[in-house]
Amino acid sequence: MTILVIQILNSFFYAAVLFLIAAGLSLIYGVMRIVNLAHGSLYALGAYVSAWIVGSAVGHALEGNLGLAGTLLLLPLGAVAVAAVGAVIEPTLLRPLYRRSEEYHLLVTFGLLMILEDVMKLLFGRTPLSAGQIMDQMGSIPVGRLMYPTYNLFVVTVGIAAAIGLWAFIYRTKFGVILRATSQDRRMAAALGINVSRVYVQAFAIGCFMAGLGGAVVVPAQAAVLGLGIEVLILAFVVVVIGGLGSLQGALVGALIVSFVRTAGIQFFPEIELAVLYLIAAAVLLVRPTGMFGRA
Amino acid sequence: MERTAATATSIWRITIGAAIALVILAVLPQLVDPYQTVLLTYGLIMAIAALGFNLLLGYTGLLSFGHSAYFGAGAYLVAFIMRDFGAHSMELCIVGGMLGTLIIAATFGFVCVRHTRIFFGILTLALSQVLWSLAFKFFWVTGGTDGIRVPYANLTLLGGLVDFKGSGSFQRFIYAYYYYVLALFAVSTIIMWVIAHSPFGKALQAIRDNETRARFVGISVRRYRWIAFMISGTLTGLAGILWVPLNGLTTPDILYWPFSGEIVFMTVLGGFRSFTGPIVGAIAFNYLKTYAIASTEYWQLLLGVVLVILVMALPAGIVGTTARLAAKLRRRTK
Repeated sequence: MTILVIQILNSFFYAAVLFLIAAGLSLIYGVMRIVNLAHGSLYALGAYVSAWIVGSAVGHALEGNLGLAGTLLLLPLGAVAVAAVGAVIEPTLLRPLYRRSEEYHLLVTFGLLMILEDVMKLLFGRTPLSAGQIMDQMGSIPVGRLMYPTYNLFVVTVGIAAAIGLWAFIYRTKFGVILRATSQDRRMAAALGINVSRVYVQAFAIGCFMAGLGGAVVVPAQAAVLGLGIEVLILAFVVVVIGGLGSLQGALVGALIVSFVRTAGIQFFPEIELAVLYLIAAAVLLVRPTGMFGRA
Repeated sequence: MERTAATATSIWRITIGAAIALVILAVLPQLVDPYQTVLLTYGLIMAIAALGFNLLLGYTGLLSFGHSAYFGAGAYLVAFIMRDFGAHSMELCIVGGMLGTLIIAATFGFVCVRHTRIFFGILTLALSQVLWSLAFKFFWVTGGTDGIRVPYANLTLLGGLVDFKGSGSFQRFIYAYYYYVLALFAVSTIIMWVIAHSPFGKALQAIRDNETRARFVGISVRRYRWIAFMISGTLTGLAGILWVPLNGLTTPDILYWPFSGEIVFMTVLGGFRSFTGPIVGAIAFNYLKTYAIASTEYWQLLLGVVLVILVMALPAGIVGTTARLAAKLRRRTK
């Protein structure tokens, strides 16, 4: 029974991280119809920057000066950095390509992936970076006979908060209305006086922020290593394909499905755990290409 | 765009051009050192893969981000045939490997051609990753990340006529294998050229340019795409088959999706709108990558920048851009 509870908690932890990544990917696709192959690398960048900031802050701060709250507040800086990178990438690399076919979008973001992977190697070296001290400081809480890290529950909370925040942002604010209008009909939105270029930069930056936040919250639990983003991108794809490209609810439901299948897979069929996920994605694409919540 | 070779003179011109290129490729190993010969062999092998890939991208208008599956399947099948069946004959490996790849491409293709555009890309990607995860996880069959060794010394070419036992065998292998690959490359190129210029190839291009019109003309779009998918996958599989004895080892890396990205990269580098583009692109990419790796630790960064510049400034690739420059020059001299 305890094991079951822990596995469910693990699934929620994993779903929270996957949701953050997939929501960004989905938002970017929904607004500008770009499948961003570099999205996983942006997630990895967020993890690296956060771990680096926390690591150097803890190193420089006097003993006891930087409490747990202080280090926790430093974590989102990685996400902010990734958003800033996104705000530079969109106008320089993506904007010239909107009129061209999808092949070029995939290629340019693949080039970006190669660049980002090596930039991370250049900046942070080959040794894995982690912010494990946060996890240690938060301790653990008893679950049945076992102990469970409190930090994982914190991440689940962040995931829920992000889901609610993003939903409120898109469906309850004026900017959200503008964003949805631009996503539905770019030319009409432009004709009504919306600065589409600015909306695109903002949407891309928000998508990058989500990816960066995913990296930032995962790095105290799991070290940032080279190739982290390449691995996670495909899982994020599986999430958005199941849920529907461009749909926020889809990202949430997809993240839950993928994490529960994956947790069950690791427990019961570890050899084909990943294969099953990819096959589910393929099956969903076949039966319902727009996913569970997507629109054509 | 490939200009259609309607007149007899242009067919002659193409034949002469191809013959000159073939003669140069045949003489080259006598002039350069063995290392360059090995590099060129890799280049020719990747050219076969890119040629196969481009039947889908350039001629049918479908961007596959999962061609690593067929390249990797070919390589792993050779490894299995040699390890588990104790076969030595390369021809046996080629036949077995291509049959196996054909079955995989037929299965995956049957599923994938139900969609186009971005969904096709993601579907091919997802299915290729199924193979990758299987190779990665079933380590007692595939060796996991260590992969499977495929020693060239166990290999015989031309039904046992050429073997590589005894001293100096590596040198002999390099040269023999170069000509072996060159011959298969030439055959593949001719077959692909015939396919691309056949009524079937024209039908694929019609589908690419306007699917609805193609359907009205009476082309069964899905079946044509499926056949193109099978040819494309099998030819890329042949490249994987030829690649593995030269590399001596097959690992899950060649099934992983960034390798699919590399195949797309080299095709676009050469120019996917022309027949020769993928060939030029694959050979150029191979040199580019080798020298980038040799000269800097951050070779991926270098290649990424090249790719971004290519997409932004030269979307027609090497062949397309050269053709345009040549046309401009000709107009000026007239």
